[in-house]
Amino acid sequence: MRKSAFAGALVASAVLVAPAMANDSTQKCISDANNWCIQQHDYAGHRYSTLDQINTKNAGSLQVAWTFATGVLRGHEGSPIVVGNRMFLHTPFPNIVFALNLDDENKIVWKYTPKQDPSVIPVMCCDTVNRGVQWADGKIFLYQADTNLVALDANTGKELWKTTNGDPKRGETGTGAPIVIGDAVLVGMSGAEFGVNCFMTAYDINTGKRLWRAYSNGPDSDILADPNKTMSLGKPIGKNSSIKTWNGDQWKLGGGSIWGYYSWDPKLNLVYYGTGNPSTWNPVQRAGPDGKAIDQKWTMSIMARNPQTGMASWFYQMTPFDEWDFDGVNEMILVDNMKVKGSTHNVLVHFDRNGFAYTVDRKSGIPLVAEKYDPVVNWSTGVDLDPKSKTYGRPAVVAAKSTFLNGTDVNTQNICPAALGTKDEQPAAYSPLTGLFYVPTNHVCMDYEPQKVSYTAGQPYVGATLSMYPPKGESHMGNMIAWDASTGKIVWSNKEQFSVWSGVLTTAGGLACAGTLEGYFKCWDQKDGKLVYKNRTPSGIIGNAMSYGHKGKQYLAILSGVGGWAGIGLAAGLTNPTDGLGAVGGYAGLNAYTSLGGSLTVWSLP
Amino acid sequence: MGRIRFSLLVAAIAFGGFSLSAKAEDAPEIPPMVTLPDGSKTQEGAKDEDGKWVLPDGTITYHVKKDGGLDWYTYSGFKRYADVGGCQQCHGPAGKGSTFAPALVDSLKTMDYGTFLGIVASGRIRKQGATTYVMPALGDDKNVMCFIEDIYAYLRGRSQGAVNEFRPNTRLRDPKPDHARVYEKECFG
Repeated sequence: MRKSAFAGALVASAVLVAPAMANDSTQKCISDANNWCIQQHDYAGHRYSTLDQINTKNAGSLQVAWTFATGVLRGHEGSPIVVGNRMFLHTPFPNIVFALNLDDENKIVWKYTPKQDPSVIPVMCCDTVNRGVQWADGKIFLYQADTNLVALDANTGKELWKTTNGDPKRGETGTGAPIVIGDAVLVGMSGAEFGVNCFMTAYDINTGKRLWRAYSNGPDSDILADPNKTMSLGKPIGKNSSIKTWNGDQWKLGGGSIWGYYSWDPKLNLVYYGTGNPSTWNPVQRAGPDGKAIDQKWTMSIMARNPQTGMASWFYQMTPFDEWDFDGVNEMILVDNMKVKGSTHNVLVHFDRNGFAYTVDRKSGIPLVAEKYDPVVNWSTGVDLDPKSKTYGRPAVVAAKSTFLNGTDVNTQNICPAALGTKDEQPAAYSPLTGLFYVPTNHVCMDYEPQKVSYTAGQPYVGATLSMYPPKGESHMGNMIAWDASTGKIVWSNKEQFSVWSGVLTTAGGLACAGTLEGYFKCWDQKDGKLVYKNRTPSGIIGNAMSYGHKGKQYLAILSGVGGWAGIGLAAGLTNPTDGLGAVGGYAGLNAYTSLGGSLTVWSLP
Repeated sequence: MGRIRFSLLVAAIAFGGFSLSAKAEDAPEIPPMVTLPDGSKTQEGAKDEDGKWVLPDGTITYHVKKDGGLDWYTYSGFKRYADVGGCQQCHGPAGKGSTFAPALVDSLKTMDYGTFLGIVASGRIRKQGATTYVMPALGDDKNVMCFIEDIYAYLRGRSQGAVNEFRPNTRLRDPKPDHARVYEKECFG
C-alpha cells in the first residue's frame, strides 16, 4: 500500500515553512497516512486520505471488516479518529469515549463515561449530537454537551484537566468538535436558539487555563477586533461594527453560535470558522430602531483569527439580517493556488446553509466566487461581488421569500433552501486528484411562520414553525454533487432520496464516500459520480466517512445512528397530503427505512 | 368569559394552593369528543365564547370544523408546540413522543388541565431504570405559560383524535380574535 508521494512532499514543505509551534504533534501525526488524527483529517479540512489500496476498480469487492455498537441511541455525528494502533470513538449524550486497540481484536482499552446532568438535554435544540473528539500531544480532547471541555490521557483515559466553558442554565451547550492549534485548544459555544451571545474560547492544552474568548456580537473589546486593522470586504470594519448593527441591547441575546468544523492556515497563522444565526428566529422582533432590516453583525459570518490571541484579521458576513436560520457555521476548506478569474489565490471554500458556495481569498477575506450550489435556491437572486457597488458582498433578497416583510403569524411559503440549508454541518471534502469538492447536499424547501416570543434565560428563544418538503414537482430531498470552486459550477450531481446528511471522504484511490439517511454507505468515482460501492448499515447515517490504515490494509469507516436535526425536527409540521398545498414532508418516509441506532461499521478489501 | 390570569394561577401553585397529583381513584372526568350537528368536533358540553371554546367548568377545549379548520386557540397551540424551540424537540412531532419524552397524545387521555398545568410549570423528574427523564420547569417561560391553554387545547384535540398530526391548514383556521391579541400583549408585557 503506497502513500502518495505527492502528498508526502506537500506535508514536508508545510512543516519546513510553518512558524515554529511549541506543539507540532498533530502535524507529525497527520503526516502518517495510516492515521486520521483529527476530525477534519488535516488543518485544511480536505478530508482526503492519501491511502489508495481501495480504488474505483476494486471498491466493488469491499466487505464489512468489523463493527462496534456504541451502546447509545440518537444522532451519531462526527467520526472515530485513529492514531497508530488506537481508535478513539465518541457518542451522543452522555458523550462516552472509547479507546480501541486495533492490534488486539479492537478491544476496549479504556472507556470514559462523563457524568452529566440530564437537564441539559431539553436545552439542546437539535438532538443530543456531538461532532467528535480530537487528538493532540498524547491527549484526547472531548467537548461535552454540558460545555465541559475535558483533556484525557490518550493511553489511559485518565482525566488530565477539565474546564467549564459555559452554563446550560443560560442555554449554553456543547456539540462541536474542538480544534488544537499548537498549545491552544479552541472550542465554540452553541445556544443561538436560547438567546445566547455565543463565543469562541481558547484554552492551554496542558493546563486548561483560558487564553482568550471572542464573542460573535458586542463591543470591539468583546469581539476581539481592531477597528482599524480588522477588515471586511477590503476595508477596516471601524468602531462598534457589531453593536451599531443591532437594536439597542439586543446584541446581548445575539446568537452567532459556533459549532461547525474549524480549519487553520499555518503560514498565515489564521484559524477560520463561521458563526450562526441571530436570536430570535422571528426577524420582526430583531428589526432596527426604525423598524427596518439591520445587519446584526457578526452573525452569519466567516471569521479569520490569530489562534494564540484571538485577534480578528477579517470578517465577512454572508447573510445580513437573517430571516431563515441560514447559520454560517459550516466548515472552511483551504486550498492553495486556485485559479479564479485569471489570477491565483490561496482560498477558503465554504458551502453555506444559505445555498451559496463561496470561494474567498483567505488572506484578504475578499469573496471571489459566490454561486448557488443547488439551482432551486430561491430566496436570493445572487450575491453582489462588485467592489464598487453599494451592495458589495450582499445577497439580493427576493421580497416574496422575506419572512420579515411578510410578517409575524404569516406563513411564508416555498422558500428554498429550507432552514437546514443546502448543506448543514455535514462536511464536504476536497480531492487534489480532480481539484473538485464533493458536497453532501439537502434538496429541501420550507414554509416558515414567525411568531412573537419573549426571552427567559435558559429557555428557547426561537419563534418560528416550519414545515419542510422536497422542491415543488420533485420527490428527492438530497443530491451528492461535485463542485468546481474556481468557476462556481456543479460538475456532476447524483440524486438521493433523502438529504445526504453525512461528511464526505475523498481518497487517493479516486473515491468519494458518504452515508445516506436511510443508512447506506456509498462510494462514487470522483471523476464522474458513478456508484462503485453500496452497503446498508444498521441505522441512518449522519456521521462522517473516514479512512485509516492498519498492518498494510486500508479501512473505510462510518458511524450509523439516525438523528440530528434531520432525524427529529423535520417530521414536525408535515403538510397534510389531502391539503393539496404541497407534498408531505418526506422525512415521514424515512421512518420506513430506519429506526434509531448507534454503531460503527468498518470496510476493507477481502 | 373569565380567563384565569396565569399570574394568579402560577402564584397559587407556588403557594401550594393547588392539589397537583390526581389520586388513582379520582380519575379525572374528561368529557369525550362529540360531533356537533354542523359536522364539527369538540368536547361534550363545550360552548363557543367569542371564538374560544370552553367547557362548563371553564377549561379550554378544541373546535375542529368539518373541513378540518381549527379554532384560533387550537391553531395557536399547534404553533407553540411545534415551534422549533417548542415542545416537539423532546415530545416529538404532534405529540407522538420520542426517546427523550413521552407521547402526550397518550398522557393527555387521562390528564386534566390542572395536572397538566402543574407539570409544565413546575417540571418533573422521573427515573426509569438507569435513565433520568427531565421535564424542565417552564413556569417562568412566557412563550409557554402565556399560551398554556392553547397548547392544552391542541394536545386535548390530538389525544381525542379530533386534530390530525399534520400542520393545520392556515387558510381554513379561524382568524385571531381580538381578545387573543390583547391577552398576548398583556402577558408578554
